[in-house]
Amino acid sequence: MATRRIPLVLLACGSFNPITNQHMRLFELARDHMHSTGQYQVVGGIVSPVSDGYGKRGLVLAQHRIAMAKLALQSSDWVTVDEWESQQADWTETAVTMRYHYGRILKEYERSTGEHKDSSGNPSPLSSPCPQLKLLCGADFLDTFQVPDLWLDDHVEEVAGHFGLICVSRGGLHPEQAVAASDTLSRHSHNIFLVREWVRNETSATEVRRALRRGLSVKYLIPDSVIEYIHQHNLYTEDSERRNKGRVLRPLAKQATQPGKSLDD
Amino acid sequence: MDGQHLTKVVLLACGSFNPITNMHLRMFELARDHLEDTGQYRVVKGIISPVGDAYKKKGLIEARHRLEMARLSTDSSDWITVDPWESVQPEWVETAKVVRHYYKEMLEAEQNTDDVDTVKYAKKRRIEENHFGVSSHQKKDGLQLMFLCGADVLESFGVPNLWKQEDINEIVGRYGMVCITRSGNDPHKFIHQSDKLWQYRQNIHVVREWVTNEISATQVRRSLRRGRSVRYLLPDGVVHYIQEHALYSAESEQRNAGVVLAPIQKNTEVS
Repeated sequence: MATRRIPLVLLACGSFNPITNQHMRLFELARDHMHSTGQYQVVGGIVSPVSDGYGKRGLVLAQHRIAMAKLALQSSDWVTVDEWESQQADWTETAVTMRYHYGRILKEYERSTGEHKDSSGNPSPLSSPCPQLKLLCGADFLDTFQVPDLWLDDHVEEVAGHFGLICVSRGGLHPEQAVAASDTLSRHSHNIFLVREWVRNETSATEVRRALRRGLSVKYLIPDSVIEYIHQHNLYTEDSERRNKGRVLRPLAKQATQPGKSLDD
Repeated sequence: MDGQHLTKVVLLACGSFNPITNMHLRMFELARDHLEDTGQYRVVKGIISPVGDAYKKKGLIEARHRLEMARLSTDSSDWITVDPWESVQPEWVETAKVVRHYYKEMLEAEQNTDDVDTVKYAKKRRIEENHFGVSSHQKKDGLQLMFLCGADVLESFGVPNLWKQEDINEIVGRYGMVCITRSGNDPHKFIHQSDKLWQYRQNIHVVREWVTNEISATQVRRSLRRGRSVRYLLPDGVVHYIQEHALYSAESEQRNAGVVLAPIQKNTEVS
């Protein structure tokens, strides 16, 4: 019997401050790549903007970041925006967010295979393999595993080992090096998919915010509907960039209080 | 003299636009921001002028498609337009001629909307057409046409037989250029190394692109051939158009294979 492709959902966590064409490119590139392995069928994409509790410098209100992401993804038939993470009272660890989304995916899968069970209650052979959820990120994300106190050891295992990563490289970054530099990541290298982005496209949200502050055009870097929203609500000014100035990033504050667990290196 | 008198500028971009990408469109935005930032200019219009099929570049698909894709991509812009004039000419047209054509059109349009004395206007134009000095721009009543391009086009001035020296002199000396840098190009160095360009350096506006956005149409075509997504590299309307018409295949990339590029053909013919 022919091997069935594994249904795969891609989850991107991040500030999305604001969402850019480059963020949406990540999904497109990842989907193409995973399809070309012959093993996966990408069935969905989720954009999960971080909550305000993250405390990152220049982070505008989640309600705006969600609204902009929704506008940007209006025309997408497979990527959606999810508000769960942004609605949590405190900043949520990536592993926790992944567990939440995977729980939902699994529930849906069990519901649909439940409808296709044979008389003995076994899933019919025509039902698809169990779906997977992988974290979609840029290459710079891999380097964050090295930042002291930013990640819990167990979570690195869970995110890279149990779930898996799809990492799209940007500009001059070398993701292979980041994987090699970490014992944990190296151990799970078969579950870390590296995608090469051939377009040297450094459309970072930071640059977009900078251009907006200076009254320069960001057209063709982010969708028109998002530009309109930004102007309507006067987001991204010198004031907005000062938000959370001097504040400790929430994951660092939260995890520095945990019993010392060094990231292996 | 009106102290706040800004020179109105029309930006003209020539090229294959095979296909047009977000990077092409960004060039216009960057150029406008840069010029207006100097406090001397007000950019009033942008013109995309796709090259005709007679250019004979490898992989160049029919002009009507390239025109339509460019039109779709400028739907959401209130100042960038597409003009088919160059693309419908039966023979390949030198860029200098294209610039001249749009310059004349620009003046005519201005004439029709202004209360300018047409006789005096026409006389002035005739005199200056036969002479241009070192830094003289064709700046009629604060109106200027500038040639917009990437730094790679500036550097193509050095390719043997691709450009006629007198055409370069005209475009840079008489009209003006806005040149957007791409990583790997150093336009200032190139200008420095050319006596003629250095002479006209005041007319060459180099715009540094801080947000690297190197969406090459060649790579886009490659991705399309391989069934890969090009979404968010081109405007959505263009992506749909390409899919609808099944443009850009291995076959289309072989068009004009082995054929000499029209400008080189023309410039190497014994005159």
